[in-house]
Amino acid sequence: MTRTHTAPAYVEAAVGAVPDPEIPVLTIADLGIVRSVVADESTGVVEVVVTPTYSGCPAMEAITAHVSHVCRSAGWEPRVTTRLSPAWTTDWMSEEGKDKLRRFGIAPPTHTAADGPVRVTLGRRLVECPRCGSTDTVELARFGSTACKALRRCEACRETFDEFKTL
Amino acid sequence: MPLPTGDRLAAAYLLGIADDAMVYAQRLGEWLTNAPQIEEDMALANISLDLLGQARGLYPHIGILDGTGRSEDDFAMLRDEREWRNVQLVEQSLAGFGFEMARLLWFSTYQAELYAAASASSDETFRGVAAKAVKEVAYHHDHARQWALRLGDGTEESHRRMQEALEAVLPFLAELFEDDPVSVAATEAGVGVLPSSLHDAVVARVTGIVEEATLALPNDSMWRSRGGRQGVHSAPMGYLLAEMQHLARSHRGATW
Repeated sequence: MTRTHTAPAYVEAAVGAVPDPEIPVLTIADLGIVRSVVADESTGVVEVVVTPTYSGCPAMEAITAHVSHVCRSAGWEPRVTTRLSPAWTTDWMSEEGKDKLRRFGIAPPTHTAADGPVRVTLGRRLVECPRCGSTDTVELARFGSTACKALRRCEACRETFDEFKTL
Repeated sequence: MPLPTGDRLAAAYLLGIADDAMVYAQRLGEWLTNAPQIEEDMALANISLDLLGQARGLYPHIGILDGTGRSEDDFAMLRDEREWRNVQLVEQSLAGFGFEMARLLWFSTYQAELYAAASASSDETFRGVAAKAVKEVAYHHDHARQWALRLGDGTEESHRRMQEALEAVLPFLAELFEDDPVSVAATEAGVGVLPSSLHDAVVARVTGIVEEATLALPNDSMWRSRGGRQGVHSAPMGYLLAEMQHLARSHRGATW
């Protein structure tokens, strides 16, 4: 039986365009969790390597299922593997992704120094309110509605907002 | 019983690390809807989820190394008490919020040092899980640190109860730093981290926080727990497993 499938570039782009189930304005390519997508025309197999944002991220299963679905819809056989190393960092999030987050009302992660220690001092970082742009914001809860978010309040406009934690 | 060698030795060592994470994840999950405020429900559940992720990263790998091919569910749901290799600290029943913050302070500091040292392990999966976890554990540690400071340096009542909590966890700490035969052999084989090598750094970090919180590290306790890494557990462990494993054992192969 011969398979009919779409062009490799098509399926590779389609995989990257899968939305994050928790933050649907972001694609998994924006998040930087797609490490590689390789479509092999001779076998009709797409090898997708993803890395989780957090060890226990419950969205991984939904992402894997969605990626497989997208590949099959495009006529390809998916092979999705999870790779832990090197560990994901918010530095891998695209600038476009950070803009999308801001427009969605989530403060994007701040830059981390490569290989530096993770800064975890409470309330010392300047985090901009995604609504009014004020940096006069305070942390309400380090652990927010998902593993990757913290909850903050803007002292200028008094709105609460999510912050994508720097990791 | 003779010590395992090669991959089986690595499996035996990593099982202790994975079981610590799995059992503490289960305990922390019990705080959901029971914490003093909703932010704490979220925080402790988030920490629980991170720990569950660590265990899930290790179990399938251990199943390959030990030749049994067991899945993560086989490890979590189908082992009896004597087959678990976690330290007894993590299996202790919930005993108030102060106790939890004292336990989390010690355990997260221990994990932070352990996972930092694991970057030198010859086991690629362990290195990967550790590199991921070390950044998450920094958040766990900071959470416990903030509460220790707030409660210790808070009211007379909160100070007294946080001090009592530090005393309550004390008997369970020695196990974290004990060089059991498997850990020693795994360290010699290049896979493991010698537990006693973590002791000074962990104690120094916790001591600094305890002092800043105007608390005092208690003197050595009159007794200490033993045997978790050999599968000897305390009374709460059986109840924990019964609750955690009940569904999977009553309905084999259940999925949802």
